[in-house]
Amino acid sequence: MAEYQTVYGSLDNFTKGGVEVINDDPKNYVFSNMFDVASRSKPWEKVAIGKNLEYVVECIRAEGVSEWRVTPHDEFALVVDGEVVIDLIDPSSPLVDPDASGSRALAGEPEGKKMGRVTAGHGHMTLLPAGRCYRMSASSPSVVLLQTIHGPDTIERWAEICQKY
Amino acid sequence: MTDVTDVTVLSGEANEHGYKPFSIGEFNFSRDEHFVHVTWPSGTHVTAAEPFLKALMRDVAWNFFYGTVNFDAVLGTTNHYGNVDLFAGRFNEAYRKAELDHMENFPHDEIKATFTAMLSDWTNATFDPFAAPMETGSAYGAKSGNNDAAVTRTRVTAKRMVGMPDDEPLRTDESGYPVNRAFHDVDQSQPVVEVEPGYENEVSAYNFFAYLSRSDVTWNPSVVSVCKDSLYCPTTEEFILPIIHGNDRVEWFIQLSDEIIWEVEDLKTGTPRAKVVMKAGDCASMPADIRHRGYSPKRSMLLVWENNSPAIPDMIARGEASVVPVKF
Ligand SMILES: [Fe+2]
Repeated sequence: MAEYQTVYGSLDNFTKGGVEVINDDPKNYVFSNMFDVASRSKPWEKVAIGKNLEYVVECIRAEGVSEWRVTPHDEFALVVDGEVVIDLIDPSSPLVDPDASGSRALAGEPEGKKMGRVTAGHGHMTLLPAGRCYRMSASSPSVVLLQTIHGPDTIERWAEICQKY
Repeated sequence: MTDVTDVTVLSGEANEHGYKPFSIGEFNFSRDEHFVHVTWPSGTHVTAAEPFLKALMRDVAWNFFYGTVNFDAVLGTTNHYGNVDLFAGRFNEAYRKAELDHMENFPHDEIKATFTAMLSDWTNATFDPFAAPMETGSAYGAKSGNNDAAVTRTRVTAKRMVGMPDDEPLRTDESGYPVNRAFHDVDQSQPVVEVEPGYENEVSAYNFFAYLSRSDVTWNPSVVSVCKDSLYCPTTEEFILPIIHGNDRVEWFIQLSDEIIWEVEDLKTGTPRAKVVMKAGDCASMPADIRHRGYSPKRSMLLVWENNSPAIPDMIARGEASVVPVKF
């Protein structure tokens, strides 16, 4: 019996599919590729590749060390290429309104208790818990998909990343 | 899952093939060795037992899902969350023009109980409607036992994230979830999680691809992570989606491995609109005015992403939410 080979994409090697129109506008499908997006992003840019009303999926090029951020609600980081180290801090006083949407950048390392560290490889999903602070680092260019809500640093550049014709 | 209680299921004596007939409202269902026969006051329908049972399995396990679950070009259900339309020809232009279509609304519990009983009675011991074609025996022939262990499986729905304390557990060999034959090359290592005392309920990570590689079902989106109404519903796919899904909201697909080809048709008429070819890393929305069916040549990992807000169908009906997620 033939061994199956699972095909993933990566920054170095991806192939895009696309919309083949019969009677439609390809823009309706908001079609992009996360590795294509990350290969053209600056480190730590939070580029939306999916949006459903207030909710977004952001594609983040992880490279070097990120700023510290605080999130008002749970977020989930999925490493889809490379390896990312995530440090978590429980701030000594609340740093964000729990009703706010999307994470906020912090000026420097927040005061508080160290919660722990996750070293997440390909296909690993990490909880970024509500009310807590996190910082990511990647020693070589990696890609993170972030399940979150549209926030002040979410970037929407659909016309640049999506199939138009 | 909603518990179904105090509902009468209308069924009759088993026929010469051993299968009971079922009826709900003015719809009548029966099966023989090969086919399922459906009648309603203005028409009849015949379909093969295997695709019918595979569609019925999803409709039952998903509690009628979001929007419309078309079993084929004629038969299907539309979920109104508490009550459900059962229809024939309702979203088929030719049936509509000929006035052969029929639709009735039923309380959720009534149609759920009827479909559950039909699925149990009509599924033979050899057949698993959730399995890929190469992983199950035949659906056909005279009645021979049952496979209730397989047909009572439901969607996994994590409360916060899979693998956390008091949430959906990881899948392991020991818990009866070996790595699928098509995913033997998927890395099974777990992330390194270093937790300071007191933060065991917050510092959490798991190998999501390994979790998917151990799924024993196909075309069954299950919730793994929850950000308010934003639900990650990944699924492993092989062969053909057994239903044609007509969503009542925008739905997103993120292809994590391999490839799926989607056929997209107009929601109401079934007229072809587009083909969407998705390779690993591709991300695409399905508008709220279409229906779609996927073809996965090799077992693949698909992240289905849903906005679970109960307000959306009415927002779309009132024009407050668009049928497409973004305009650019
Ligand atoms: Fe769908």
